[in-house]
Amino acid sequence: MALDQSFVGRSYPPTDPYEVGREKIREFAEAVGDSNPVYTDPEAARALGHPDVIAPPTFVFAITFKAAGQVVQDPQLGLDYSRVVHGDQKFAYTRPVRAGDRLTVTSTIESIKSLAGNDILDVRGEVHDEAGEHVVTAVTKLVARAAEVG
Amino acid sequence: MAAKISYADVEVGTELPAQTFSVTRATLVQYAGASGDFNPIHWNEKFAVEVGLPDVIAHGMFTMAEAIRVVTDWAGDPGAVVEYGVRFTKPVVVPNDDKGATVEVSGKVAAKLDDNTVRVDLTATSAGQKVLGMSRAVVRLA
Repeated sequence: MALDQSFVGRSYPPTDPYEVGREKIREFAEAVGDSNPVYTDPEAARALGHPDVIAPPTFVFAITFKAAGQVVQDPQLGLDYSRVVHGDQKFAYTRPVRAGDRLTVTSTIESIKSLAGNDILDVRGEVHDEAGEHVVTAVTKLVARAAEVG
Repeated sequence: MAAKISYADVEVGTELPAQTFSVTRATLVQYAGASGDFNPIHWNEKFAVEVGLPDVIAHGMFTMAEAIRVVTDWAGDPGAVVEYGVRFTKPVVVPNDDKGATVEVSGKVAAKLDDNTVRVDLTATSAGQKVLGMSRAVVRLA
């Protein structure tokens, strides 16, 4: 069943702050095999003008995707999560995420489309720091594949 | 932000050094832990096959994280990336052996934009198939 278009533009309350830790960034950088010292060595990060180690560009997805759970699990929206695949992912950065950040995410349903029985949902996650300054916007396209007939 | 590549030295068509990344089951388990994405299609073959996949597949976000390294290693400062987007077109299938899969990533400057930024178009393939589409990054150069 097609999702209700009236949900387009709906925003969900900001998440509780996620505190970005140096060791979490290190763990993520190691998991993607990236030995760039800007992720692990505060001196190397400062040499590039960052106040502390920064996170790899896609690190923030773990935070925004968790926040998008509010949308995905909204019983009023009624998305069948067992059929959902990740279609596209986009990030637009004002600055890199860095250790010490306390980040909140505000999720908004940017668009809902129905194509060949598939529901296609764009969820925008606006990430702000403790001072209320914008850090990054993540847009996640989720595709709920059409239910099989029969 | 301190990219080591100068905007003036880059032209449309400039190629970035290509890289090859290896992905084994162990890589996926480690990425699951670090990212918090424990979807069993990324570590449980039986489950993956049950939902119609050929085998365990890599996290799309893992592939996305690898592909941008062609840009961040080139630019020098990952903080110079101002936009990054991909479409997940085909899964990276990861067999249960010590070799796993490989992902080959290349990148090319597609446009010079305002404010010392350039758009880099990335190509990522595994087993001869494109695994990312519309894979583009905008990066601010020195």
